[in-house]
Amino acid sequence: MSDELSHPTTAELEALVNAAVEKRVGAAFAELEKTVADLKSSVESVREACPDDRTTIVAFSGDMDRLFAALTIASGSAAMGMDVSMFFTFWGLSALKVRTTYSGKSVGQKMAAMMLPGGPASVPTSRMNMSGMGPVFFKMLMKQKNVQSLPEMMDMVQELGVRLVACEMSMGVMGISREELIPGIDYGGVATYLGDAARSKVTLFI
Amino acid sequence: MANVDLDCAGLSCPVPIVRISRAMKEMSSGDTLTVTASDPSFQADVEAWVRKMGHQLESFSEADGTQTAVVRHA
Repeated sequence: MSDELSHPTTAELEALVNAAVEKRVGAAFAELEKTVADLKSSVESVREACPDDRTTIVAFSGDMDRLFAALTIASGSAAMGMDVSMFFTFWGLSALKVRTTYSGKSVGQKMAAMMLPGGPASVPTSRMNMSGMGPVFFKMLMKQKNVQSLPEMMDMVQELGVRLVACEMSMGVMGISREELIPGIDYGGVATYLGDAARSKVTLFI
Repeated sequence: MANVDLDCAGLSCPVPIVRISRAMKEMSSGDTLTVTASDPSFQADVEAWVRKMGHQLESFSEADGTQTAVVRHA
């Protein structure tokens, strides 16, 4: 009787071994699952901290030459496979204008509308503007060199899918309404710009 | 393994790169794009472009002011 107790059957031994193995494997598996979950969340946080392949440009200047630089970098970035955001604020809004309206504007805003360029085709140059002679001169030189004009560059960045954002705060100050700007663009404020800039590899203020 | 020709002669920065980018989007792996251009920054730009996009510059040559780049789609 005591012999029977001290000599378990093969089946009983197998069951014991299996139970022990299952316990160890189960524990190891649980450990592994936890490690994988930890790794996944680490990768996720690293990915969130990493900038996207994106270029964000603040187009602050309404000067032909500066807008030209901003639009060249924007179209180049898009051609390099990057996402691109352009945030147009203050004088830069001129690049987005397609018409000028006066109704519903204050006297000051009407004056601003009269004095500001009606669109990218009529912006001044930052230097050698010479009361509007400079842009005529530069447009002639650019044409000779087969360089695209600002309105053509604006069309190109739209075709390339560049995100165009108009600053609503400066629109409000200058009394610029949405109907005066290119249709289908986005509108926003500083957080809109920073939201894009914070996940960009390239950010520029031009 | 098709080849596409793209004439960018007379076009200035950034247009050649934009055209290359557009053309390559329509192509598949192994295809080649033969680009002719006269823009002075073309060689530097096409080299930077292929590096960024992960494609290959098969060859680059220059004769009589015309530059020819052969880009292979990765």
